[in-house]
Amino acid sequence: MEHSEHVVASPEITFPHEPAANTKRIWKTFWILLVITMVELACGLTIYTIHKNPDFSYSTVLFIKGAVVILSLAKAFFIVSVFMHLGDEIRNMTLTIVVPLLLFVWFIAAFLWDGNSWRNLRNEFNREVPGQTQPAKPEVKKPGALD
Amino acid sequence: MSTTVPAGYKWWSGGKSPFNVSYGKLMMWYFLMSDTFTFGAFLISYATIRMSQNYWPDPNHVFNAFPGFGHANLPLAFVSLMTFILIMSSVTMVLAVHEGHKMNRRGVEKWMAWTIVGGLAFLACQAWEWTHLITGMHPVLVNGQIEELSTTVTGNPWGAAVPGLMHEGHQVLTPGPIAFGGFFFGITGFHGFHVFSGVVINLIMLIKTRLGHFDQRGHYEMIEKAGLYWHFVDLVWVFVFLCFYLV
Repeated sequence: MEHSEHVVASPEITFPHEPAANTKRIWKTFWILLVITMVELACGLTIYTIHKNPDFSYSTVLFIKGAVVILSLAKAFFIVSVFMHLGDEIRNMTLTIVVPLLLFVWFIAAFLWDGNSWRNLRNEFNREVPGQTQPAKPEVKKPGALD
Repeated sequence: MSTTVPAGYKWWSGGKSPFNVSYGKLMMWYFLMSDTFTFGAFLISYATIRMSQNYWPDPNHVFNAFPGFGHANLPLAFVSLMTFILIMSSVTMVLAVHEGHKMNRRGVEKWMAWTIVGGLAFLACQAWEWTHLITGMHPVLVNGQIEELSTTVTGNPWGAAVPGLMHEGHQVLTPGPIAFGGFFFGITGFHGFHVFSGVVINLIMLIKTRLGHFDQRGHYEMIEKAGLYWHFVDLVWVFVFLCFYLV
């Protein structure tokens, strides 16, 4: 066997990784990623079709968008776990990468909340441009201003 | 790839790394984690600003062109191609890593070369898309006058439609939120820069493989580290694709 002479890459490795026998798992993951991407595209085009109707239901669109977010997280899981081989590492290694990412839970929730509140406040108090965030005279805005 | 560890093995008893990976690979993981937070901060700031607006352009209207198809309305088609190219190059990269585990130099060379081709194809697509957005003029109603605007960091022709107002066969829109272009070009540009540096790293790895450096070293771990970076680029695209094109 070729990999019996496999040299351990560094002294930090106590138990060397055994190379995979074939590429079956790689191709299986490829098909999973491809199918998820197709479903995501179908969702995107469904939103496009729904938007053509002027009185579309916001909650349906929001539901589809939520589904797309979950599908993207599934794709991320497969890429990290199989392609980046994090799933093959020992538990300590997996946790040192995954646990800090939990900060994103707060990060996303807090900032989306903030953006939403910002819009509500502006709609309530900025009476000169009701229902519109782009000012009537764009040239009075400083370049790069966010609203 | 699998690791056999005896049950109840004490990783924290000292004298060894509790992570069972080389220093270089561990640091590559930590670098990628920090890069995740950089991209995360960009995407979350984009989401925050978008949330704060009453109107935001529908990506299906902004991204509906395909090279060679003129003004045909093909929402999401081109970005699907870009996504497919990047997934495919991720597969060729992991195949190169697989061949590296087996110490098969020819296999590593072949798959690294295909990964580089995929990266260059993606960059070419992005160059086309940027050019299309920056040079594509659209009629916009500004101060009661119809002006031709393109999508740049200072202009956004993708606002709400002016009902019933047409200009040379095109629906006239109002200016959209100014932040759209800055976020789009900023974040896809930052991602594109990662793709570019990934292609350069992969090119260096291909040259080092051809020169036989990894055979002399006795392992192909550098291919694995370059692979981690390349997969990360694909991973970020999953979320750029989600935030700019799908939702």
